[in-house]
Amino acid sequence: MCGIAGLFLKDQSLEGDLGGLMAGMLSALGDRGPDSTGFAVYGTESPGSVKLTLRGPQNFDFRPLVEMLSEAVGEPTLAHRRHDSHVVVSIPATREPAARDALRALQQDISIVGSGRRMELFKEIGRPEQVTQRFGLAKMRGTHAIGHTRMATESAVTTDGAHPFTTGADQCLVHNGSLSNHNAVRRDLVRQGLTFRTDNDSEVAAGFITSQLTRGRSLEQAMEASLDALDGFYTFVIGTEFGLGVLRDPIACKPAVMAETRQWVAFGTEYRALVDLPGIALAKVWEPEPARTYRWERH
Amino acid sequence: MAMQERWIHTPPRKSATFDDASIAEIRRASASGIYDIRGAGAKRKLPHFDDLLFLGASMSRYPLEGYREKCATDVTVGTRFARKPIHLKIPITIAGMSFGSLSAQAKEALGRGASAVGTSTTTGDGGMTPEERGHSKVLVYQLLPSRYGMNPDDLRKADAIEVVVGQGAKPGGGGMLLGQKISKRVAEMRVLPEGIDQRSACRHPDWTGPDDLEIKIQELREITDWEKPIYVKVGASRPYYDTALAVKAGADAVVLDGMQGGTAATQEVFIEHVGIPTLAAIPAAVQALQQLGMHREVQLIASGGIRNGADVAKALALGADAVSVGSAALVALGDNDPHREEEYQALGTTAGAYDDWHEGRDPAGITTQDPVLAARLDPIAAGRKLANYLSVLTLEAQTIARACGKSHVHNLEPEDLVALTVEAAAMARVPLAGTDWIPGRGRE
Amino acid sequence: MPEVDLARDSVRSLNAALHALPAETNETHWRVLNPRGQHAIAAGLDWPVFVEIDGHVGYYCAGMNKLANVTVHGNAGQGVAENMMSGHVRVKGDASQAAGATGRGGLLVIEGNASARCGISMKGVDIVVQGSVGHLSAFMGQAGNLVVLGDAGEALGDSIYEARLYVRGAVKSLGADCIEKELSDRHKQDLRRLLDAAGVGGAVDVDEFRRYGSARKLYHFHIDNVGAY
Repeated sequence: MCGIAGLFLKDQSLEGDLGGLMAGMLSALGDRGPDSTGFAVYGTESPGSVKLTLRGPQNFDFRPLVEMLSEAVGEPTLAHRRHDSHVVVSIPATREPAARDALRALQQDISIVGSGRRMELFKEIGRPEQVTQRFGLAKMRGTHAIGHTRMATESAVTTDGAHPFTTGADQCLVHNGSLSNHNAVRRDLVRQGLTFRTDNDSEVAAGFITSQLTRGRSLEQAMEASLDALDGFYTFVIGTEFGLGVLRDPIACKPAVMAETRQWVAFGTEYRALVDLPGIALAKVWEPEPARTYRWERH
Repeated sequence: MAMQERWIHTPPRKSATFDDASIAEIRRASASGIYDIRGAGAKRKLPHFDDLLFLGASMSRYPLEGYREKCATDVTVGTRFARKPIHLKIPITIAGMSFGSLSAQAKEALGRGASAVGTSTTTGDGGMTPEERGHSKVLVYQLLPSRYGMNPDDLRKADAIEVVVGQGAKPGGGGMLLGQKISKRVAEMRVLPEGIDQRSACRHPDWTGPDDLEIKIQELREITDWEKPIYVKVGASRPYYDTALAVKAGADAVVLDGMQGGTAATQEVFIEHVGIPTLAAIPAAVQALQQLGMHREVQLIASGGIRNGADVAKALALGADAVSVGSAALVALGDNDPHREEEYQALGTTAGAYDDWHEGRDPAGITTQDPVLAARLDPIAAGRKLANYLSVLTLEAQTIARACGKSHVHNLEPEDLVALTVEAAAMARVPLAGTDWIPGRGRE
Repeated sequence: MPEVDLARDSVRSLNAALHALPAETNETHWRVLNPRGQHAIAAGLDWPVFVEIDGHVGYYCAGMNKLANVTVHGNAGQGVAENMMSGHVRVKGDASQAAGATGRGGLLVIEGNASARCGISMKGVDIVVQGSVGHLSAFMGQAGNLVVLGDAGEALGDSIYEARLYVRGAVKSLGADCIEKELSDRHKQDLRRLLDAAGVGGAVDVDEFRRYGSARKLYHFHIDNVGAY
């Protein structure tokens, strides 16, 4: 159980504020999700590059790692940016397999938290105010972001168990609710070739969406398909390279609020998450309907 | 007999799978077209407290003298957030049972008995009656999915509030009361037409999930100005996670009801096949509390098949702060007493087996709304019997605790226990007697 | 007229002050500023005071309201006026799920839309929604009246007992054991009374409504109805 948030900017002039606004939203959702915090920001892309977000142990010195990766992909020092226990490394898209191989061969506890042309993903154990500060979310900029505050239900409180979950390039998902058939769906997806790191039901949802998108379906079709395939109570906010998707299950017991102005569209589990968004006083505020797909994309 | 005949005759052999009970149930189902509904808890043999034994003092541990050397039994519930926590003299409370499933006289008897020994009773899925509030010195008021009878005045009159997520007999199920027991008074309290079969919701109407329960609990605290302890009751299913979530949702106490816990009425398949034994549930819940640093801060009240002082002591040794009795309390009042055997036979059953409480024809006058039958129960005498029983439970638990060298029953710990079977050892997480083996956990 | 700014003061201090009002208080009109979606604002009121809240509230605003008159100048989150006993609660904007859940008396008016489960398990409250209501509204409704000037979502009145439903717009679908019933003169009088109490003017014609209620087939279990359970 948790709090989830999504923010899609229609007005480019707000892109510098994206991180600060998302940090505020997550802060408001800390009570219902005290265990861990995570978010994904969709920022600038460098043509021909892929960003890998890596996570290491506390106080890890990433420099040797970056050097090793640079060598593995055959580049002078790769562009990288450190955020506390995470580092975002830009590598040439064609060299991504080599980079992944090199990381897999590492003895150390380094995991790839996310990858994509535009997506950077961060998550850690802790309350939102601390976690967003550690990662410097307030300074991050981009066109859209999703975030999550977690109250762990059936899996352990670990960083791996935190949302967002990503199972594909530039794709991630946050979830409020509780799936009831995720073990069966996971087995199916594993047979199709996906890998999972946790026992978490939300990771299965992310995997399902990815498996649909991999087959060439649109985000909307992927969300429609999940209404049949996934059982339980859920509200999803899905991030893709181009925007956000929102989906509530047909029973719709978990709360959800949306707001929209000319400048942005936002989602929050509680209205409290939206109160500090610019222009909220005049925003159109509504609840997404059950079993209906919503998406906002910029191409 | 002739040689040929002896070889032809084989003795009849009944099936363990298709035993008498299963076959009878198939016959009943095909005749009626409806599932079997009954009261009480799981009746089949399950790993339970009988499979655990205490290690009394000998050379390495010393016992306390009975009577002279104190063995305290008090417990305080609600220390986490409530301004007025509850002080109980004994670590045994009376579980939630509704007026509606029980007669008014039975509820009064429970109140009298519990109050006489300094412990609490709990309302049930029908709301608070004035008699129960009048006769119970300490009353816990349940908030159930149905919200029958719920109102803020009773919330403020209560000493504690128990948010019921589920109960051991039917985790995931809702209440059930059939028409025979929806008397005029019950109907009025529940705002239902008299004599109909009550359908009940299994989820709360205005919240789902622990994240929203947290907000609901805050509302209850706001309405009662943060005075009362708030309990969260769950049927034993995934007790480790449920306990952790109850803590995260802001509960002062967790009430954990194993599958042996009784109900007034539900489907037999629910009772026997959903939920886990009390023995397996308690250690998982305690582990969650310990990992959160909340053991003894958030109190754990365990129920489901507590029968005697040994059960009480064992539950406490596993880490519970208190236990709750339901079925046993009814027996103490006079339920299923053999002196009414003729009447039980007339109902097609026998004393000790009578569980069709939903029919409202209880000869003991306890699980009925029939005024003639209900009048058979003298609340004062029955209350005294309950008080006697609760006292015996306490004395027995103290006897065991003293034998283990404890001056407070809360100082009983898992290391005071061993198990008789592999299942019990694995579930209770204590070693098999005479060994240091806990299945699944390796050597100590 | 006491004014409380929730950007500065806590919901706890507001509720404590409201609960502590003596019977003869002359502080009968309160204004609450900057609710900012907080929860349990004005919950558990027990006296005929007037509380005006400027902005959107979170869950359980005016929960278990008794005798008081609470107006939300904005939207309300889940469970507004849940289990209300009496008095008057009005939401000028929209209400989220479970509005008026298990309410036992009084009047709840929602000038905008209410979402799913409006009036769930209602036990005597009157609810008037000027907009539409979401799915499973009046689920297991036991008593009271739900009046909807707009449309109703799926499974209206599923498993309903004796609550009465009046809907002017379209009903997406009816729930188990809920059927359309005759709108007699008596019902029209009731409806008129409810609309007047809600402050909905004479522009609304009671004849435009249809009445829904229990078919009472699920009052006693019968195997042939098993599909409805």
